[in-house]
Amino acid sequence: MTADALLPDLAARVRDMAHSRTPACRCGATGTLADRPDGTVVRHEDTVAKAHAPGADPAALARRLAAAARLPDVFLPPLDPSPAGLHDRLVTFWPYGVPVDPDDPDAAPWEAVAALLARLHRTPAPVPLPAMRGPAEAARAVTRLRALGPVPAAGPVLRAWAALPPWARAEAPMPDGTTLCHGDLHLGQLVRVFGGSWRLIDVDDLGVGVPAWDLARPAAWYACGLLPGEEWGRFLDAYRAAGGPAVPGGGDPWAVLDVPARALTVQTAARMIVKAAADGRHPDEVERSVIDACARMAAVPPRPAHASAG
Amino acid sequence: MQCPKCRAPMHTYNRNGVQIEQCSGCRGIFLDYGELESLTRLEAQWSQPAPPAPPAAPQAYPATPQPPAWGAPHGGHYGHHGRHKSFGRMLFSS
Repeated sequence: MTADALLPDLAARVRDMAHSRTPACRCGATGTLADRPDGTVVRHEDTVAKAHAPGADPAALARRLAAAARLPDVFLPPLDPSPAGLHDRLVTFWPYGVPVDPDDPDAAPWEAVAALLARLHRTPAPVPLPAMRGPAEAARAVTRLRALGPVPAAGPVLRAWAALPPWARAEAPMPDGTTLCHGDLHLGQLVRVFGGSWRLIDVDDLGVGVPAWDLARPAAWYACGLLPGEEWGRFLDAYRAAGGPAVPGGGDPWAVLDVPARALTVQTAARMIVKAAADGRHPDEVERSVIDACARMAAVPPRPAHASAG
Repeated sequence: MQCPKCRAPMHTYNRNGVQIEQCSGCRGIFLDYGELESLTRLEAQWSQPAPPAPPAAPQAYPATPQPPAWGAPHGGHYGHHGRHKSFGRMLFSS
């Protein structure tokens, strides 16, 4: 199959699914919401279809999908409880939810996402699940950075990566093998459903692991000086208020956030350097602030909170 | 009274409730019995540690925890008005 064949066939599948849900479909255009190497997402009216990344593990995706279906208060529930096949890809179907407006990040629902994460982290896994894929994705970004060859900005990023404990580099099991985690939290992973409440989307990295990973991307943005402290505080306070178990209820949260926030800062820096190189430009101001944070990590070894934690 | 040292007239002053005589010529000071102790007591009160500062005025939001040791220098890169487009993209991507 060529990449060109996927999109029209996926569009046909999403139209079929939409019409099976709503026979009297208004039948507007079918839109492409995302078309990236890690997934293609199309929408027809109130129905969405996602073609998952090539090579996705069918058994693991089926378990992740089943878990999301059992957690309708946290995840957008899938329309079909098992993935379908389309060419060499796995396809899942979802109701459409309204995302956070990327042009208005100030409207980010920090309290809502914190409450969803706290609920997810407190819920026992409803089905046996593989490991949360956050560290594996970070490792993949670093592998791509290495493949770039010698780039000046890469030095401090690779050194910061090397200083991390093996579990954070996906080279050893995570110290927590039971807590449910999203695995790839960012503001694009939230949608508003009918009635106005928010749900998490994207089950590709869902699994069991260290729940601080799900807090660590906002933590990293804050540490890099990019996310204002007020917003980081709103997120952290709301997570604690909702009884989230990833960080202690009070005091310094960095004992557990330090390692995952470093790993996600490295992952972000690695992707940014690769992207800047592909665009044939130098890293911009924001990208430099993430690379600079990696450089500062050299002076302070990672905190060993998870080294001995069971 | 006259200054025992230079014989100029001495004037009485009240310093924090303690009467002292000071010479109008050489500025020397004469203390009566117990006045030195009174001044020492007063001095001790002044040099005690200041009472704890009143709690900081409530902020618009509870004080945020400090960033980690490798965090950005004070202030960071963000501003109150308008975010960098690149940061906006970052918030929405892996």
